[in-house]
Amino acid sequence: MKLITAVIKPFRLDAVREALTGLGVEGLTVTEVKGYGRQKGHTEIYRGAEYAIHFLPKLKLEIAVKADLAAKAIEAISESARTGQIGDGKIFVMDLEEVVRIRTGEKNAEAL
Amino acid sequence: MNHFLKSPALRTLAITGLLGLSAISPALAQTAEPTMDKGDTAWMMVSTVLVLFMILPGLALFYGGLVRSKNMLSVLMQCTMITAVVMVIWVVYGYSFAFGGGTGAFFGGFGKLFLAGVTTDSMSATFTDGVVIPEYVFIAFQMTFAAITPALIVGAFVERIKFSALMAFVILWVTFVYFPVAHMVWDAAGYIFNLGALDFAGGTVVHINAGIAALVGCIILGKRAGLGRDNMAPHSMTLTMVGASMLWVGWFGFNAGSNLEANGGAALAMINTFTATAGAIIAWAIIEAVLRSKPSMLGAASGMIAGLVAVTPAAGSIGPVGAIVLGAIASSACYFFVAVVKQKFGYDDSLDVFGIHGVGGIIGAIGTGIFTAPGLGGTGGDDYSIAGQTFIQAEAVVITILWCGIASTILFMIVKAIFGLRVNEADESVGLDLSSHGEAAYHG
Repeated sequence: MKLITAVIKPFRLDAVREALTGLGVEGLTVTEVKGYGRQKGHTEIYRGAEYAIHFLPKLKLEIAVKADLAAKAIEAISESARTGQIGDGKIFVMDLEEVVRIRTGEKNAEAL
Repeated sequence: MNHFLKSPALRTLAITGLLGLSAISPALAQTAEPTMDKGDTAWMMVSTVLVLFMILPGLALFYGGLVRSKNMLSVLMQCTMITAVVMVIWVVYGYSFAFGGGTGAFFGGFGKLFLAGVTTDSMSATFTDGVVIPEYVFIAFQMTFAAITPALIVGAFVERIKFSALMAFVILWVTFVYFPVAHMVWDAAGYIFNLGALDFAGGTVVHINAGIAALVGCIILGKRAGLGRDNMAPHSMTLTMVGASMLWVGWFGFNAGSNLEANGGAALAMINTFTATAGAIIAWAIIEAVLRSKPSMLGAASGMIAGLVAVTPAAGSIGPVGAIVLGAIASSACYFFVAVVKQKFGYDDSLDVFGIHGVGGIIGAIGTGIFTAPGLGGTGGDDYSIAGQTFIQAEAVVITILWCGIASTILFMIVKAIFGLRVNEADESVGLDLSSHGEAAYHG
Protein backbone atom coordinates (compact mmCIF):
# COMPACT_ATOMS: atom_id res chain seq x y z
CA MET A 1 0.00 0.00 0.00
CA LYS A 2 1.07 3.54 -0.64
CA LEU A 3 0.29 6.84 1.06
CA ILE A 4 0.19 9.62 -1.50
CA THR A 5 0.51 13.17 -0.19
CA ALA A 6 -0.20 15.87 -2.74
CA VAL A 7 0.11 19.63 -2.25
CA ILE A 8 -2.00 21.40 -4.86
CA LYS A 9 -3.49 24.74 -5.80
CA PRO A 10 -6.77 25.09 -3.89
CA PHE A 11 -8.94 25.73 -6.91
CA ARG A 12 -7.90 22.40 -8.52
CA LEU A 13 -9.44 20.34 -5.72
CA ASP A 14 -12.63 19.38 -7.49
CA ALA A 15 -10.79 18.33 -10.63
CA VAL A 16 -8.46 16.13 -8.59
CA ARG A 17 -11.34 14.60 -6.66
CA GLU A 18 -13.18 13.74 -9.88
CA ALA A 19 -10.07 12.18 -11.42
CA LEU A 20 -9.41 10.04 -8.34
CA THR A 21 -13.04 8.98 -7.99
CA GLY A 22 -12.91 7.87 -11.63
CA LEU A 23 -10.05 5.53 -10.73
CA GLY A 24 -12.00 4.00 -7.88
CA VAL A 25 -10.17 5.71 -5.05
CA GLU A 26 -12.51 5.45 -2.08
CA GLY A 27 -11.30 8.18 0.22
CA LEU A 28 -9.43 11.43 0.42
CA THR A 29 -8.40 13.73 3.26
CA VAL A 30 -7.95 17.44 2.61
CA THR A 31 -6.11 19.94 4.83
CA GLU A 32 -5.72 23.69 4.25
CA VAL A 33 -2.02 24.44 4.51
CA LYS A 34 0.44 27.23 3.77
CA GLY A 35 3.90 26.91 2.35
CA TYR A 36 6.37 27.92 -0.28
CA GLY A 37 8.36 26.29 -3.03
CA ARG A 38 9.81 27.75 -6.20
CA GLN A 39 6.78 30.02 -6.52
CA LYS A 40 7.91 31.86 -3.35
CA GLY A 41 5.26 34.31 -2.09
CA HIS A 42 3.70 37.46 -3.43
CA THR A 43 3.35 41.09 -2.44
CA GLU A 44 0.18 42.74 -1.21
CA ILE A 45 -0.19 46.51 -1.07
CA TYR A 46 -2.65 48.28 1.24
CA ARG A 47 -2.77 52.06 0.76
CA GLY A 48 0.92 52.11 -0.07
CA ALA A 49 2.04 49.71 2.69
CA GLU A 50 3.64 46.66 1.10
CA TYR A 51 3.56 43.27 2.73
CA ALA A 52 5.52 40.28 1.42
CA ILE A 53 3.38 37.17 1.81
CA HIS A 54 5.93 34.33 2.10
CA PHE A 55 3.56 31.44 2.64
CA LEU A 56 0.86 30.81 0.08
CA PRO A 57 -2.34 28.91 0.77
CA LYS A 58 -2.38 25.39 -0.65
CA LEU A 59 -4.36 22.21 -0.07
CA LYS A 60 -2.70 19.05 1.14
CA LEU A 61 -4.38 15.81 0.04
CA GLU A 62 -3.70 12.47 1.63
CA ILE A 63 -4.75 9.34 -0.27
CA ALA A 64 -4.10 5.76 0.76
CA VAL A 65 -4.21 3.27 -2.15
CA LYS A 66 -3.25 -0.29 -2.97
CA ALA A 67 0.23 -0.43 -4.46
CA ASP A 68 -1.01 -1.40 -7.93
CA LEU A 69 -3.21 1.67 -8.07
CA ALA A 70 -0.51 4.13 -6.96
CA ALA A 71 1.00 4.89 -10.36
CA LYS A 72 -2.41 5.63 -11.90
CA ALA A 73 -3.44 7.76 -8.94
CA ILE A 74 -0.23 9.78 -9.13
CA GLU A 75 -0.77 10.34 -12.83
CA ALA A 76 -4.41 11.31 -12.29
CA ILE A 77 -3.43 13.87 -9.65
CA SER A 78 -0.66 15.28 -11.83
CA GLU A 79 -2.94 15.66 -14.83
CA SER A 80 -5.88 17.14 -12.96
CA ALA A 81 -3.92 19.52 -10.71
CA ARG A 82 -1.66 20.85 -13.44
CA THR A 83 -2.12 24.39 -14.76
CA GLY A 84 1.37 24.70 -16.21
CA GLN A 85 2.02 27.76 -14.07
CA ILE A 86 4.60 27.86 -11.31
CA GLY A 87 3.15 26.75 -7.98
CA ASP A 88 1.17 23.72 -9.15
CA GLY A 89 2.49 21.75 -6.19
CA LYS A 90 4.15 18.41 -5.47
CA ILE A 91 3.32 14.77 -4.85
CA PHE A 92 5.07 12.71 -2.18
CA VAL A 93 4.69 8.91 -2.05
CA MET A 94 5.47 6.69 0.91
CA ASP A 95 5.09 3.04 1.76
CA LEU A 96 2.17 2.44 4.05
CA GLU A 97 2.57 -0.17 6.79
CA GLU A 98 -0.91 -0.69 8.08
CA VAL A 99 -4.47 0.58 7.69
CA VAL A 100 -7.35 0.01 10.13
CA ARG A 101 -11.01 0.83 9.64
CA ILE A 102 -12.09 1.96 13.08
CA ARG A 103 -15.75 0.88 12.84
CA THR A 104 -15.19 -2.74 11.88
CA GLY A 105 -11.59 -3.42 12.77
CA GLU A 106 -10.88 -4.48 9.15
CA LYS A 107 -7.24 -4.17 8.19
CA ASN A 108 -5.11 -3.19 5.21
CA ALA A 109 -6.62 -3.87 1.76
CA GLU A 110 -10.12 -4.44 3.21
CA ALA A 111 -9.90 -1.19 5.07
CA LEU A 112 -9.09 0.95 2.04
CA MET B 1 -25.87 87.49 5.73
CA ASN B 2 -25.42 85.99 2.31
CA HIS B 3 -28.43 84.04 1.22
CA PHE B 4 -26.37 80.93 0.56
CA LEU B 5 -24.78 81.07 3.95
CA LYS B 6 -26.55 78.06 5.29
CA SER B 7 -24.59 77.27 8.37
CA PRO B 8 -26.81 75.73 11.02
CA ALA B 9 -26.39 78.69 13.32
CA LEU B 10 -30.01 79.64 13.41
CA ARG B 11 -30.54 76.24 14.93
CA THR B 12 -29.60 77.61 18.27
CA LEU B 13 -32.36 80.13 18.33
CA ALA B 14 -34.55 77.74 20.20
CA ILE B 15 -38.01 79.07 20.32
CA THR B 16 -39.47 78.20 23.64
CA GLY B 17 -42.61 79.38 25.32
CA LEU B 18 -44.35 80.30 22.11
CA LEU B 19 -47.67 80.79 23.79
CA GLY B 20 -46.20 83.26 26.26
CA LEU B 21 -44.55 85.20 23.46
CA SER B 22 -47.69 85.51 21.44
CA ALA B 23 -49.65 86.61 24.48
CA ILE B 24 -47.25 89.50 25.00
CA SER B 25 -46.96 90.45 21.37
CA PRO B 26 -49.87 89.25 19.25
CA ALA B 27 -48.88 91.39 16.27
CA LEU B 28 -45.46 89.81 16.07
CA ALA B 29 -46.94 86.36 16.39
CA GLN B 30 -49.29 87.04 13.47
CA THR B 31 -46.50 88.06 11.12
CA ALA B 32 -44.18 85.14 11.87
CA GLU B 33 -46.03 82.25 13.43
CA PRO B 34 -43.38 79.51 13.67
CA THR B 35 -44.63 76.27 12.21
CA MET B 36 -43.36 72.77 12.69
CA ASP B 37 -43.66 70.59 9.61
CA LYS B 38 -44.20 66.89 10.24
CA GLY B 39 -42.30 66.03 7.07
CA ASP B 40 -39.24 67.97 8.24
CA THR B 41 -39.46 66.38 11.64
CA ALA B 42 -39.75 62.86 10.24
CA TRP B 43 -36.80 63.47 7.92
CA MET B 44 -34.64 64.74 10.77
CA MET B 45 -35.51 61.75 12.92
CA VAL B 46 -34.48 59.43 10.08
CA SER B 47 -31.30 61.46 9.51
CA THR B 48 -30.42 61.17 13.17
CA VAL B 49 -30.53 57.39 13.18
CA LEU B 50 -28.71 57.33 9.83
CA VAL B 51 -25.79 59.12 11.50
CA LEU B 52 -25.88 56.59 14.34
CA PHE B 53 -25.76 53.89 11.65
CA MET B 54 -22.58 55.51 10.34
CA ILE B 55 -20.87 54.77 13.66
CA LEU B 56 -22.53 51.49 14.62
CA PRO B 57 -21.95 49.37 12.72
CA GLY B 58 -20.59 51.38 9.73
CA LEU B 59 -17.40 52.97 11.07
CA ALA B 60 -16.83 50.12 13.52
CA LEU B 61 -16.81 47.55 10.70
CA PHE B 62 -14.84 49.78 8.32
CA TYR B 63 -12.10 50.15 10.93
CA GLY B 64 -12.50 46.65 12.33
CA GLY B 65 -11.87 45.01 8.98
CA LEU B 66 -8.66 47.01 8.57
CA VAL B 67 -6.96 45.76 11.73
CA ARG B 68 -5.53 42.32 12.41
CA SER B 69 -8.04 39.75 13.61
CA LYS B 70 -6.60 39.78 17.14
CA ASN B 71 -7.70 43.43 17.51
CA MET B 72 -11.11 43.26 15.81
CA LEU B 73 -13.23 43.39 18.96
CA SER B 74 -11.16 46.15 20.54
CA VAL B 75 -12.04 48.43 17.64
CA LEU B 76 -15.74 47.49 17.74
CA MET B 77 -15.70 48.05 21.50
CA GLN B 78 -13.96 51.41 21.25
CA CYS B 79 -16.54 52.68 18.74
CA THR B 80 -19.42 51.34 20.82
CA MET B 81 -18.22 52.76 24.14
CA ILE B 82 -17.28 56.14 22.70
CA THR B 83 -20.77 56.43 21.23
CA ALA B 84 -22.44 55.60 24.53
CA VAL B 85 -20.22 57.83 26.68
CA VAL B 86 -20.50 60.86 24.39
CA MET B 87 -24.29 60.50 24.28
CA VAL B 88 -24.45 60.70 28.07
CA ILE B 89 -22.04 63.65 28.17
CA TRP B 90 -24.03 65.37 25.43
CA VAL B 91 -27.24 65.57 27.44
CA VAL B 92 -25.41 66.34 30.71
CA TYR B 93 -23.33 69.28 29.45
CA GLY B 94 -22.23 68.84 25.84
CA TYR B 95 -25.32 70.31 24.22
CA SER B 96 -25.18 73.26 26.59
CA PHE B 97 -21.46 73.89 25.95
CA ALA B 98 -22.08 73.84 22.18
CA PHE B 99 -25.61 75.22 21.79
CA GLY B 100 -26.61 76.39 25.25
CA GLY B 101 -27.66 79.84 24.10
CA GLY B 102 -24.61 81.63 25.53
CA THR B 103 -23.33 84.56 23.51
CA GLY B 104 -19.60 83.84 23.88
CA ALA B 105 -17.62 83.22 20.71
CA PHE B 106 -16.13 79.96 22.02
CA PHE B 107 -18.57 78.62 24.57
CA GLY B 108 -22.30 77.97 24.59
CA GLY B 109 -22.64 78.39 28.33
CA PHE B 110 -24.28 76.48 31.14
CA GLY B 111 -27.86 77.40 30.26
CA LYS B 112 -28.94 73.95 29.11
CA LEU B 113 -27.08 71.63 31.44
CA PHE B 114 -29.06 68.38 31.71
CA LEU B 115 -31.17 69.81 28.86
CA ALA B 116 -32.71 72.24 31.33
CA GLY B 117 -35.89 73.83 30.07
CA VAL B 118 -36.27 71.63 27.01
CA THR B 119 -39.76 70.16 26.61
CA THR B 120 -41.74 68.54 23.81
CA ASP B 121 -42.93 72.06 22.95
CA SER B 122 -39.39 73.44 22.59
CA MET B 123 -38.51 74.21 18.99
CA SER B 124 -35.26 74.89 17.14
CA ALA B 125 -35.03 77.16 14.13
CA THR B 126 -34.18 75.89 10.65
CA PHE B 127 -32.84 77.83 7.67
CA THR B 128 -36.28 79.04 6.72
CA ASP B 129 -37.79 81.87 8.72
CA GLY B 130 -40.73 80.66 10.74
CA VAL B 131 -40.05 76.94 10.14
CA VAL B 132 -39.00 75.02 13.22
CA ILE B 133 -38.28 71.46 14.31
CA PRO B 134 -38.63 69.98 17.78
CA GLU B 135 -35.55 70.82 19.85
CA TYR B 136 -35.30 67.22 21.02
CA VAL B 137 -34.75 66.18 17.39
CA PHE B 138 -32.06 68.82 16.95
CA ILE B 139 -30.39 67.73 20.19
CA ALA B 140 -30.41 64.08 19.14
CA PHE B 141 -29.19 64.90 15.62
CA GLN B 142 -26.27 66.92 16.95
CA MET B 143 -25.58 64.25 19.56
CA THR B 144 -24.77 61.73 16.85
CA PHE B 145 -22.26 64.17 15.32
CA ALA B 146 -20.57 64.57 18.69
CA ALA B 147 -20.40 60.79 19.03
CA ILE B 148 -18.95 59.98 15.62
CA THR B 149 -16.12 62.52 15.75
CA PRO B 150 -14.06 60.96 18.58
CA ALA B 151 -14.88 57.51 17.18
CA LEU B 152 -13.18 58.57 13.93
CA ILE B 153 -9.98 59.39 15.85
CA VAL B 154 -9.40 55.86 17.16
CA GLY B 155 -8.26 54.70 13.72
CA ALA B 156 -4.95 56.46 14.25
CA PHE B 157 -3.89 54.43 17.27
CA VAL B 158 -5.70 51.12 17.00
CA GLU B 159 -3.96 47.90 18.05
CA ARG B 160 -1.96 49.56 20.85
CA ILE B 161 -3.98 52.12 22.85
CA LYS B 162 -4.97 51.42 26.44
CA PHE B 163 -8.76 51.27 26.70
CA SER B 164 -8.99 53.32 29.92
CA ALA B 165 -6.69 55.98 28.47
CA LEU B 166 -8.81 56.18 25.32
CA MET B 167 -12.03 56.69 27.25
CA ALA B 168 -10.42 59.37 29.46
CA PHE B 169 -9.04 61.12 26.38
CA VAL B 170 -12.40 61.09 24.63
CA ILE B 171 -14.17 62.65 27.61
CA LEU B 172 -11.58 65.43 27.79
CA TRP B 173 -11.41 65.86 24.04
CA VAL B 174 -15.12 66.37 23.41
CA THR B 175 -15.18 68.80 26.33
CA PHE B 176 -12.24 70.97 25.30
CA VAL B 177 -12.17 70.50 21.54
CA TYR B 178 -15.40 69.24 20.01
CA PHE B 179 -17.94 71.30 21.94
CA PRO B 180 -16.04 74.61 21.60
CA VAL B 181 -15.35 74.06 17.89
CA ALA B 182 -18.97 73.06 17.23
CA HIS B 183 -20.02 76.27 19.00
CA MET B 184 -17.50 78.35 17.07
CA VAL B 185 -18.60 76.99 13.68
CA TRP B 186 -22.32 76.39 14.01
CA ASP B 187 -23.66 78.72 16.67
CA ALA B 188 -24.83 82.18 15.65
CA ALA B 189 -22.56 83.61 18.34
CA GLY B 190 -19.61 81.43 17.30
CA TYR B 191 -16.30 82.91 16.24
CA ILE B 192 -15.83 81.03 12.98
CA PHE B 193 -19.50 81.37 12.08
CA ASN B 194 -19.19 85.12 12.31
CA LEU B 195 -16.18 85.10 10.02
CA GLY B 196 -18.68 83.90 7.41
CA ALA B 197 -17.19 80.44 6.95
CA LEU B 198 -19.26 77.79 5.18
CA ASP B 199 -19.33 74.42 6.90
CA PHE B 200 -22.55 72.76 5.93
CA ALA B 201 -22.28 69.43 7.71
CA GLY B 202 -19.06 69.48 9.66
CA GLY B 203 -15.91 69.51 7.54
CA THR B 204 -14.04 71.49 10.18
CA VAL B 205 -15.97 70.41 13.27
CA VAL B 206 -15.95 66.69 12.51
CA HIS B 207 -13.31 65.80 9.95
CA ILE B 208 -10.46 68.29 10.34
CA ASN B 209 -10.94 68.07 14.10
CA ALA B 210 -10.76 64.27 14.07
CA GLY B 211 -7.91 64.20 11.57
CA ILE B 212 -5.69 66.59 13.52
CA ALA B 213 -6.35 64.88 16.85
CA ALA B 214 -5.52 61.59 15.14
CA LEU B 215 -2.22 62.88 13.80
CA VAL B 216 -1.22 64.28 17.18
CA GLY B 217 -2.29 61.06 18.89
CA CYS B 218 -0.41 58.64 16.66
CA ILE B 219 2.77 60.69 16.98
CA ILE B 220 2.53 60.82 20.79
CA LEU B 221 1.66 57.12 21.08
CA GLY B 222 4.32 55.96 18.67
CA LYS B 223 4.26 53.18 16.13
CA ARG B 224 2.79 49.74 16.57
CA ALA B 225 5.33 47.14 17.58
CA GLY B 226 6.56 45.33 14.48
CA LEU B 227 5.50 48.02 12.00
CA GLY B 228 7.39 47.46 8.77
CA ARG B 229 8.39 43.95 9.86
CA ASP B 230 5.13 42.13 10.63
CA ASN B 231 2.29 41.58 8.25
CA MET B 232 -0.34 44.13 9.28
CA ALA B 233 -2.62 43.63 6.30
CA PRO B 234 -6.36 44.14 6.91
CA HIS B 235 -7.91 40.98 8.32
CA SER B 236 -11.21 41.40 6.48
CA MET B 237 -11.46 43.62 3.44
CA THR B 238 -15.01 42.25 3.10
CA LEU B 239 -16.11 43.86 6.37
CA THR B 240 -14.21 47.01 5.47
CA MET B 241 -16.16 47.30 2.22
CA VAL B 242 -19.44 46.62 4.06
CA GLY B 243 -18.59 49.24 6.68
CA ALA B 244 -17.55 51.85 4.13
CA SER B 245 -20.80 51.33 2.24
CA MET B 246 -22.81 51.73 5.44
CA LEU B 247 -20.94 54.96 6.04
CA TRP B 248 -22.01 56.16 2.60
CA VAL B 249 -25.66 55.33 3.28
CA GLY B 250 -25.51 56.93 6.73
CA TRP B 251 -23.81 60.00 5.29
CA PHE B 252 -27.09 61.03 3.65
CA GLY B 253 -28.38 61.65 7.15
CA PHE B 254 -25.20 63.52 7.97
CA ASN B 255 -25.23 65.78 4.90
CA ALA B 256 -28.82 66.01 3.69
CA GLY B 257 -29.96 65.99 7.32
CA SER B 258 -27.81 69.03 8.01
CA ASN B 259 -30.28 70.99 5.91
CA LEU B 260 -32.74 70.56 8.82
CA GLU B 261 -35.68 70.58 6.42
CA ALA B 262 -36.83 68.08 3.81
CA ASN B 263 -36.75 70.41 0.81
CA GLY B 264 -34.66 71.38 -2.21
CA GLY B 265 -31.64 72.19 -0.05
CA ALA B 266 -31.67 68.67 1.37
CA ALA B 267 -32.04 67.30 -2.15
CA LEU B 268 -28.97 69.27 -3.29
CA ALA B 269 -26.94 67.91 -0.37
CA MET B 270 -28.18 64.45 -1.25
CA ILE B 271 -27.18 64.48 -4.90
CA ASN B 272 -23.82 66.02 -4.00
CA THR B 273 -23.26 63.19 -1.52
CA PHE B 274 -23.73 60.80 -4.43
CA THR B 275 -21.71 62.55 -7.11
CA ALA B 276 -18.72 63.72 -5.06
CA THR B 277 -18.32 60.21 -3.70
CA ALA B 278 -18.57 58.63 -7.13
CA GLY B 279 -15.95 61.05 -8.49
CA ALA B 280 -13.64 60.27 -5.60
CA ILE B 281 -13.95 56.48 -5.96
CA ILE B 282 -13.19 56.67 -9.67
CA ALA B 283 -10.23 58.99 -9.10
CA TRP B 284 -8.60 56.70 -6.53
CA ALA B 285 -9.12 53.63 -8.72
CA ILE B 286 -7.62 55.38 -11.74
CA ILE B 287 -4.60 56.54 -9.74
CA GLU B 288 -3.96 52.99 -8.55
CA ALA B 289 -4.56 51.53 -12.01
CA VAL B 290 -2.03 53.92 -13.51
CA LEU B 291 0.61 53.84 -10.77
CA ARG B 292 0.56 50.14 -9.89
CA SER B 293 -1.63 48.56 -12.56
CA LYS B 294 -3.97 47.01 -9.99
CA PRO B 295 -6.91 49.07 -8.71
CA SER B 296 -7.74 47.75 -5.22
CA MET B 297 -10.98 47.44 -3.25
CA LEU B 298 -9.32 49.19 -0.31
CA GLY B 299 -8.44 51.99 -2.70
CA ALA B 300 -12.04 52.30 -3.85
CA ALA B 301 -13.30 52.24 -0.25
CA SER B 302 -10.70 54.86 0.71
CA GLY B 303 -11.76 57.04 -2.20
CA MET B 304 -15.36 56.63 -1.09
CA ILE B 305 -14.58 57.99 2.38
CA ALA B 306 -12.34 60.74 0.98
CA GLY B 307 -15.16 61.95 -1.28
CA LEU B 308 -17.72 61.84 1.52
CA VAL B 309 -15.42 63.80 3.81
CA ALA B 310 -14.67 66.42 1.16
CA VAL B 311 -18.30 67.03 0.24
CA THR B 312 -19.37 67.36 3.89
CA PRO B 313 -18.73 71.11 4.25
CA ALA B 314 -19.74 71.75 0.64
CA ALA B 315 -22.89 69.65 0.25
CA GLY B 316 -25.35 72.50 0.69
CA SER B 317 -23.74 75.12 -1.48
CA ILE B 318 -21.94 73.54 -4.44
CA GLY B 319 -23.44 71.97 -7.57
CA PRO B 320 -23.56 68.26 -8.37
CA VAL B 321 -21.02 68.48 -11.20
CA GLY B 322 -18.62 70.63 -9.20
CA ALA B 323 -18.98 67.98 -6.51
CA ILE B 324 -17.55 65.33 -8.85
CA VAL B 325 -14.46 67.48 -9.37
CA LEU B 326 -14.16 68.28 -5.67
CA GLY B 327 -14.40 64.58 -4.81
CA ALA B 328 -11.76 63.64 -7.37
CA ILE B 329 -9.36 66.33 -6.16
CA ALA B 330 -9.79 65.29 -2.53
CA SER B 331 -9.32 61.65 -3.42
CA SER B 332 -6.05 62.40 -5.22
CA ALA B 333 -4.73 64.46 -2.30
CA CYS B 334 -5.68 61.75 0.20
CA TYR B 335 -3.98 59.09 -1.94
CA PHE B 336 -0.81 61.17 -1.92
CA PHE B 337 -0.90 61.51 1.86
CA VAL B 338 -1.61 57.87 2.72
CA ALA B 339 0.64 56.30 0.08
CA VAL B 340 3.52 58.77 -0.06
CA VAL B 341 3.63 61.30 2.79
CA LYS B 342 2.90 58.81 5.57
CA GLN B 343 5.55 56.39 4.32
CA LYS B 344 8.06 59.20 3.99
CA PHE B 345 7.60 60.61 7.49
CA GLY B 346 6.97 57.27 9.13
CA TYR B 347 4.19 58.21 11.56
CA ASP B 348 1.84 55.31 12.24
CA ASP B 349 -1.59 56.81 11.51
CA SER B 350 -2.70 53.21 11.32
CA LEU B 351 -6.02 53.57 9.50
CA ASP B 352 -5.25 56.93 7.89
CA VAL B 353 -7.55 59.17 9.88
CA PHE B 354 -5.37 62.19 9.20
CA GLY B 355 -4.63 61.10 5.65
CA ILE B 356 -8.30 60.81 4.74
CA HIS B 357 -10.38 62.81 7.24
CA GLY B 358 -7.83 65.52 7.95
CA VAL B 359 -6.61 66.00 4.40
CA GLY B 360 -10.03 65.36 2.81
CA GLY B 361 -11.59 67.77 5.31
CA ILE B 362 -9.09 70.51 4.49
CA ILE B 363 -9.53 70.04 0.73
CA GLY B 364 -13.30 70.06 1.22
CA ALA B 365 -13.30 73.20 3.35
CA ILE B 366 -11.10 75.11 0.90
CA GLY B 367 -12.93 73.61 -2.09
CA THR B 368 -16.24 74.81 -0.67
CA GLY B 369 -14.97 78.37 -1.14
CA ILE B 370 -14.19 77.62 -4.78
CA PHE B 371 -17.07 75.42 -5.92
CA THR B 372 -19.78 77.52 -4.28
CA ALA B 373 -19.14 80.07 -7.03
CA PRO B 374 -22.12 80.33 -9.40
CA GLY B 375 -19.80 80.04 -12.41
CA LEU B 376 -18.79 76.59 -11.15
CA GLY B 377 -22.35 75.44 -10.58
CA GLY B 378 -22.57 76.54 -6.96
CA THR B 379 -25.33 78.45 -5.22
CA GLY B 380 -23.33 81.60 -4.47
CA GLY B 381 -24.96 84.86 -5.42
CA ASP B 382 -23.88 87.19 -8.24
CA ASP B 383 -21.60 89.09 -5.87
CA TYR B 384 -19.86 85.87 -4.78
CA SER B 385 -16.12 86.22 -4.44
CA ILE B 386 -14.13 83.00 -4.75
CA ALA B 387 -11.00 84.60 -3.35
CA GLY B 388 -12.85 86.25 -0.49
CA GLN B 389 -14.76 83.16 0.55
CA THR B 390 -11.79 80.84 0.10
CA PHE B 391 -9.74 83.08 2.35
CA ILE B 392 -12.42 82.84 5.03
CA GLN B 393 -12.53 79.07 4.57
CA ALA B 394 -8.76 78.91 5.03
CA GLU B 395 -9.04 80.99 8.20
CA ALA B 396 -11.59 78.52 9.57
CA VAL B 397 -9.27 75.64 8.70
CA VAL B 398 -6.26 77.24 10.38
CA ILE B 399 -8.19 78.11 13.53
CA THR B 400 -9.53 74.56 13.78
CA ILE B 401 -6.09 73.03 13.22
CA LEU B 402 -4.50 75.25 15.85
CA TRP B 403 -7.23 74.82 18.44
CA CYS B 404 -7.48 71.09 17.95
CA GLY B 405 -3.74 70.54 17.54
CA ILE B 406 -2.74 72.43 20.68
CA ALA B 407 -5.59 71.20 22.88
CA SER B 408 -5.22 67.59 21.72
CA THR B 409 -1.49 67.65 22.47
CA ILE B 410 -2.11 68.90 25.99
CA LEU B 411 -4.90 66.38 26.59
CA PHE B 412 -2.85 63.44 25.32
CA MET B 413 0.00 64.49 27.62
CA ILE B 414 -2.32 64.70 30.61
CA VAL B 415 -3.78 61.27 29.91
CA LYS B 416 -0.31 59.87 29.31
CA ALA B 417 0.86 61.17 32.68
CA ILE B 418 -2.13 59.75 34.55
CA PHE B 419 -2.96 56.49 32.76
CA GLY B 420 -0.19 55.84 30.27
CA LEU B 421 -1.39 55.67 26.67
CA ARG B 422 -0.20 52.25 25.50
CA VAL B 423 -0.71 48.69 26.57
CA ASN B 424 2.52 46.84 27.33
CA GLU B 425 4.35 45.03 24.57
CA ALA B 426 3.21 41.57 25.61
CA ASP B 427 -0.45 42.62 25.54
CA GLU B 428 0.05 44.32 22.20
CA SER B 429 1.57 41.14 20.83
CA VAL B 430 -1.31 38.98 22.08
CA GLY B 431 -3.79 41.48 20.70
CA LEU B 432 -6.16 43.84 22.47
CA ASP B 433 -9.18 41.53 22.12
CA LEU B 434 -7.80 39.06 24.62
CA SER B 435 -5.55 41.35 26.66
CA SER B 436 -7.98 44.27 27.10
CA HIS B 437 -11.39 42.68 26.70
CA GLY B 438 -10.96 38.98 27.46
CA GLU B 439 -12.64 37.71 24.32
CA ALA B 440 -11.85 36.71 20.77
CA ALA B 441 -13.62 37.76 17.58
CA TYR B 442 -13.18 34.46 15.78
CA HIS B 443 -12.83 30.87 16.86
CA GLY B 444 -11.64 27.83 14.96
